[in-house]
Amino acid sequence: MDALALSRLQFAVTAMFHFIFVPLTLGLSIMVAYMESRYVSTNDAMYLKMTKFWGKLFLINFALGVVTGITMEFQFGMNWAEYSKYVGDIFGAPLAIEATVAFFLESSFIGLWIFGWNKVSKKVHALSIWLVAIATNLSALWILLANGWMQHPVGFVLRNGRAEMVDFTAMLTNGYGLAEFFHTVVSGYVVAAFFVMGISAWHLLKKSSVPFFKASFRMAASFGLASTLMVLIAGDFQAAQVAGTQPAKFAAMESVWDTQKAAPLNLLVMPDVADEKNSTEVAGIPGLLSFLAFHDSGAEIKGLKDFSKEDRPPILPTFISFRAMTALGMLFILLSLVALIIARRDKLESSHGFLKLMFFAMFLPYIAAQLGWIVAEVGRQPWIVYGVLKTADAVSKAVSPVQVWASLIGFTLVYGLLAFVDIYLLTKFAKKGPDDDLSVLIASSRTQGV
Amino acid sequence: MGFQVLWFILWGVLWAVYFMLDGFDFGVGMLQRFLGRDNAEKRVIINSIGPVWDGNEVWLITAGGATFAAFPTTYALMFSYLYSALLIILFALIFRGVAFEFRGKGGSRAWESAWDAAIFLGSFVPALLFGVAFGNIFQGLPMDGSGYHGTLFTLLNPYGLLTGVLFVLLFIEHGALWLAVKTKDNISERAGKLANRMWVPLLVVAVAFLIFTYFATNLYANFLGNIILLAVPVLAVLALLGIKVFGAKGQYLAAFYASCITIVMVTFTGVIGLYPNLIPSSMDPNYSLTIFNSSSSIYTLKIMTVVALIFVPIVIAYQVWIYWIFRRPIAADEIMSDKEAY
Repeated sequence: MDALALSRLQFAVTAMFHFIFVPLTLGLSIMVAYMESRYVSTNDAMYLKMTKFWGKLFLINFALGVVTGITMEFQFGMNWAEYSKYVGDIFGAPLAIEATVAFFLESSFIGLWIFGWNKVSKKVHALSIWLVAIATNLSALWILLANGWMQHPVGFVLRNGRAEMVDFTAMLTNGYGLAEFFHTVVSGYVVAAFFVMGISAWHLLKKSSVPFFKASFRMAASFGLASTLMVLIAGDFQAAQVAGTQPAKFAAMESVWDTQKAAPLNLLVMPDVADEKNSTEVAGIPGLLSFLAFHDSGAEIKGLKDFSKEDRPPILPTFISFRAMTALGMLFILLSLVALIIARRDKLESSHGFLKLMFFAMFLPYIAAQLGWIVAEVGRQPWIVYGVLKTADAVSKAVSPVQVWASLIGFTLVYGLLAFVDIYLLTKFAKKGPDDDLSVLIASSRTQGV
Repeated sequence: MGFQVLWFILWGVLWAVYFMLDGFDFGVGMLQRFLGRDNAEKRVIINSIGPVWDGNEVWLITAGGATFAAFPTTYALMFSYLYSALLIILFALIFRGVAFEFRGKGGSRAWESAWDAAIFLGSFVPALLFGVAFGNIFQGLPMDGSGYHGTLFTLLNPYGLLTGVLFVLLFIEHGALWLAVKTKDNISERAGKLANRMWVPLLVVAVAFLIFTYFATNLYANFLGNIILLAVPVLAVLALLGIKVFGAKGQYLAAFYASCITIVMVTFTGVIGLYPNLIPSSMDPNYSLTIFNSSSSIYTLKIMTVVALIFVPIVIAYQVWIYWIFRRPIAADEIMSDKEAY
C-alpha cells in the first residue's frame, strides 16, 4: 500500500476509535449533570449515588475520548500536510476556536468536578459538571462546523494557490455543518441513554440495587425517547442537506442509478454495481424519496450514472451503512418507547426478556454512530473537500509508506491495549454497582468557600 | 504592528504558558516514582496535579490549533517533517493521560506500578522530545524546495539533545518545587532538597546551552540588533539564580515562581531569536518558513484575533480561580479517604 492508502486507513482507524468514546461523553455528561442538579434541589441521596456511579463510568470513558482526540489534531498536519496547507486558512480556525472556547472549559472544569467535592459548594460543584457538558457539546459544534465545511465548502475563494476564507459567518451558518452538529449530538444522547438502560437492565436482571437501577432506567428511557425522536428530525434535516449539496453521495445512499423525477423510496433494494442497476427493487412508495430529499414529491433526484465513475463514492459501503443506520434509528425509537411504557407502569423487574434485549441493545447505538460516519466520510469520496480538493491530492509529501506503516501499527497496538483496559474497567465498575457508603461523603460535604 | 507579528507573539506566549504549566506536570510525573516511597505517597504526588493537569495540556492543543489557524503552512510542514518525533510524543501523552485516570482503579500492585511506569515515560519522553524538537527548530531543519532531507535520527544531534536535556532538567526543577509547595511533611521536604540539589546540574546545562547556541544557531543575531531585547535572556538567567536564592532559604513558593519566569523567559528567548522565522531552513534561508510566507490571510488572522482577545482572558480567569480553589497543600490521609481522587 502507498502512503495515501495507509494514511486513509490510519485516519479511519483513529477517527472511528475516537468516536467510540465521544458520543457517550456527549450524552452521559448531560445525564450526570441532570442527576447532580436533582441532588442539589432535592437533597435526595439517591441522586448523589447516581451522580457518583454514572459519573465514574463517565470519567473512565472521558479519559479515552480526550487522549484519542489529540491524535486527530496532530494527524491533519502529520499525514495530510497538503490538505492543511491548501485549506488551513479556513479549516484551522474552527479547530483553534474549539480548543480556546470549548476544550479549555471542559478540561479545566472536569478537574474541579473530580477533585472539588469537598472544596466548593454543592451548587458550584453541580455547575462544574454542567459546564463540562456544555463545553463537550460546544466542542462538537466547532468540530462539526469544520467537518461541515469539508462536506459543503462555503465562504471562501481560491487565491494565492489555496482556499482562503472570505466569509466567516458563512461557515458558522453552514446548513450542512449545523445539521451534522444536531444529528451527531442527539445520536450521542441515544448512545448514552441506551448505555444507562443497558447497564441498569443487567443489574435489574441480577436483582441488585433495584430501586437505584429502576430510577436510572426510567430517567434514561425518557431521555432516550426524546433523543431518538430528535435523531429522526435531525436525520431528515441532514438528508435534505446531502440531497441539496452532495448529489453523488445521496444517489449512493439510496442506490439511485438513473436521474428521475418523483423518485420512489424502495423499501428493499439490492444494488448491482457492476451493471449499474439495482437487481432488486421492491415495495417502492412513489415520490417519497423526492419528498424526503426536497420536500417536494415531484422533485428530480440525480442518478449515479450522471457522474463519471471516478467521481462516484464507493457505492456499497455508503448504501449499506445508510440503510443499516436508518433501520437502527427506527428500532431505537421503538425500543425507547416500549422501555418508557414498561418503566412507567413499574413492570421492569418482571420483564426479563425485555431487560435482556435492552442489555444487548446497548451496543447498537455505537454501531449506528459508526455507520453514520461511514456514510458521511466514505460517501464524500473521492473528495476530501467536496468539489474543491481530492483526497488523493491531500496527503503529506514528506511522509514515507514505512513511516505510516509504523504509525498505523503503533496506533493499532496502543489503541487495542487501551480498548482492552477501558472495557475491563467499565465492566468492573458497571458490575460493582453504586457505592452505598455515602456517609463519609455527605458528612464531609461542607458548603465552604465559594 | 501587523497581524502576522501579533500572531507570532501569541504563538510564543501559548508555547511559553504551555511549558510553564505542563512543565511541572512533566516534572511531577518524572519524580513520582523516586519521591514517593509507598503507594500513599505516590498517590499524593499525582493528586497534587490531579485537578489541573488536563487544563494545562489544553495549552498544547491550543498552541497546535493556533499554529494551524495562523500559520497553516508551518503547521503542515512542521507536523509532517517531524512525523516520527511527534508520533512518539503523542503516544507518550496518551499513556500519561489515561495513566492518571486508570492508576487507582485496578486494585493490584502490578497494575499500579505498570501505570506508574506509564506516568514516568509519559512525562520524560515529551519533555525530552519537545526540547529536541525546539533545539532543531532553533538550528533550522534541513529543508529546501524539494522538501525535507532528515529523519528522526538527524534530530538527535548534539545541540538538539542538549536542548532536550535542558528541558528535562528545567521541568524536574519546576516539578520538584511544585511538590515542595503542594505537599506536606516528608514528600515536601524531600522535594525541596531535591530541587536544591538538581539546581546545580541545571545551571551547568543552561550555561552550556547558552554557549552552544552561539555556535549552533542564529538566535543571538536579533538580540545584538536590538539591545533592549537582551532583557529577556537576562531575566531568564536572573530568575534561574532566583530559584537557588529562594530555594536555599526554604521559600519554595517564591522559588517556584522564579522557575515559572525562567521557563517563560527561556521560551521567549528562543522565539525572539527565531523572528521572523517559524522554522528556519538550515540549507538555504530562501526556504525558511517565516511568519510572512506561511501565514493565513489577514482576514482569518483578524477573526482569530477577536476570538483570542475575548476568550483567552476568560480561560486565564477560570484557570486561576481553579488553582486558587486547590491552593492548599494536600496530605496523605486526605487522599486515602477520598474515593474520587486518583
